Amino acid sequence: MIWETVRLALLALRRNKLRSALTMLGIVIGVAAVIAMVTVGQGSSRSVAASVESLGSNVLTVRPGGRSFGPPSVGGAQATRPFTLRDADALVGLSVLAQVSPTVSSMQTVVAGAANVSTSITGATSAYLDVNGWTVASGRGFDTSEDRASAAVCIIGETVRRTLFGMADPVGQQLRIGKVSCEVIGLLQAKGAGAFGQDQDDLVLMPIRTVQRRLLGSDSISSISVALTPGVSSQRGAREIEALLRDRRRIAEGAPNDFNVSDRAQIAEVLTGINSVLTGMLSSVAAVSLLVGGIGIMNIMLVSVTERTREIGIRLAIGAEGRQVLTQFLVEAVVLSLVGGIIGVIVGLGLAFGASLYMAIPFAPQTYVVLLAFAFSALIGVMFGFFPARKAARLDPIEALRHE
Amino acid sequence: MTSAASDRLPPLIELVDVCRVYGSGEAEVRALDHADLVIRRGEFVAIMGPSGSGKSTAMNTIGLLDRPTSGRYLFNGVEVQDLDRDQRALLRRHFLGFVFQGFNLLPRTSALENVELPLIYKGMARAERIERARAALAKVGLEGREDHDPSQLSGGQQQRVAIARALAGDPMVILADEPTGNLDSHRSHEIMKLLQQLNREDGITIVMVTHEDDIAAYARRLILFADGRIRSDAPVPERASA
Repeated sequence: MIWETVRLALLALRRNKLRSALTMLGIVIGVAAVIAMVTVGQGSSRSVAASVESLGSNVLTVRPGGRSFGPPSVGGAQATRPFTLRDADALVGLSVLAQVSPTVSSMQTVVAGAANVSTSITGATSAYLDVNGWTVASGRGFDTSEDRASAAVCIIGETVRRTLFGMADPVGQQLRIGKVSCEVIGLLQAKGAGAFGQDQDDLVLMPIRTVQRRLLGSDSISSISVALTPGVSSQRGAREIEALLRDRRRIAEGAPNDFNVSDRAQIAEVLTGINSVLTGMLSSVAAVSLLVGGIGIMNIMLVSVTERTREIGIRLAIGAEGRQVLTQFLVEAVVLSLVGGIIGVIVGLGLAFGASLYMAIPFAPQTYVVLLAFAFSALIGVMFGFFPARKAARLDPIEALRHE
Repeated sequence: MTSAASDRLPPLIELVDVCRVYGSGEAEVRALDHADLVIRRGEFVAIMGPSGSGKSTAMNTIGLLDRPTSGRYLFNGVEVQDLDRDQRALLRRHFLGFVFQGFNLLPRTSALENVELPLIYKGMARAERIERARAALAKVGLEGREDHDPSQLSGGQQQRVAIARALAGDPMVILADEPTGNLDSHRSHEIMKLLQQLNREDGITIVMVTHEDDIAAYARRLILFADGRIRSDAPVPERASA
């Protein structure tokens, strides 16, 4: 008998294709939205985690200025004393540091033949590539003799290469940066977008003295990145750097630093924080979608029972027991919810996959989300299939038959 | 069958001092007011009466869709007035067939599947069910229309499907509530001839509510209701016949 009831339910669903499709649509949308959003959220989370890793976790950055975050104090920028290469040299003496990479940055227009591009010129030393996790795709990096001399050489990023030279090999080509002509000696391996979405490959590296003397005419440097000796904690590294620099800059005991040492783990924390806020937001939107989907299911189930009151009356009159009517409606709800849920899972994963490809983030399906969304929609489907069905099964057949 | 012969047959439906009261106090309506009625096996009874006379309530009570407020209802000699919903559903399933004014077929469902429906609730195996449903449709003259939807059938044909559905379960009684109310005169007479034939040839007891004298004329016995009671109960004098 139960199989007959199941068959009755399937027949009823088949007979009312439009109604069945609409009911399922609600479930499909709810489930698909949740799965797509959470999957994409997880993917971007992983993507952020990966870019944080690419920053290098054992790297500290020293910058002049007292505060690392928040608005600068009035006149503060003027008052800070910049670092010079002598500060960087002093840091090299610290045993806790494996590498010291002073940099100075400037926006300049770079010209090659008829093409030109405005990009960030970074004055760097041979330590720069290692500390910042770059590799050379073609040509070579700076050698140590170029760290001290203001050689007219440069290394370019992939974006600059594409703009100025197309797909041609840039090594050996000449560039003009400001008044300086220089030879391209290397091309950096592309890194892609950074943690904040900036194009990391849009840069030109030159020996730091070349930038200081020939482009800026100043001996200050913007920042010093240091790689810690393996096994040294970033706290200890920061402590020793601070001690040395406070001494060099003659900062009185108890006075605040006029520079700051930032740990990239802090940046990672900020990024992870932002990302978890985003994921939370996406999840709330997804939860609302699921709720809306659920209300859709509820609506259509209620409408379906109301619309079918007469049918229920007929069934009761010709001898159906209340239990049989209830079972039939319940089976209909279960079948719709399951089929809708399965389609929703497929659609949701498909959307997430497409979005992952488009946004270049990892595709990260979460089993628990799939199960949760599926279970929730099934529950709603069955619940809101059940209560109207129970109402239907308890109808007075005379009343039900009179129903228009 | 003479009146004397039919008196010797056992009563199939017996209402004893039945009242059906809706509402209470000021708003109380006595739809049936101490009604007594005996219908014997094989009878063809027409029930007439103005609106509110209690004839529909009587039909619903006989059809086990409604319960009397007081009094006794014996179906085939068994008291059934106190049965619960599901027990009454089982009796309807096995012994009663319904034909309604509005046909009440399931939409978007073929004639065959409509006729099969009561057999599904009877728990009949599929092959037997289809055979029975086909036979019932053939009996009402709808061979070849098994796969038609109600929307593809005329009113008369839809009512025939409904009769086939009532018939398929092999009922002792067919209860027809204004079976020709939605049909034109030509089709009405066709339906009545069909009912008359089922009564005469298959011995199915038929109880029918109608508003029209010429339809009631197909029955053998005419009961008039007024104010919840039976006003008159007599053989049909000039019987229409196929």
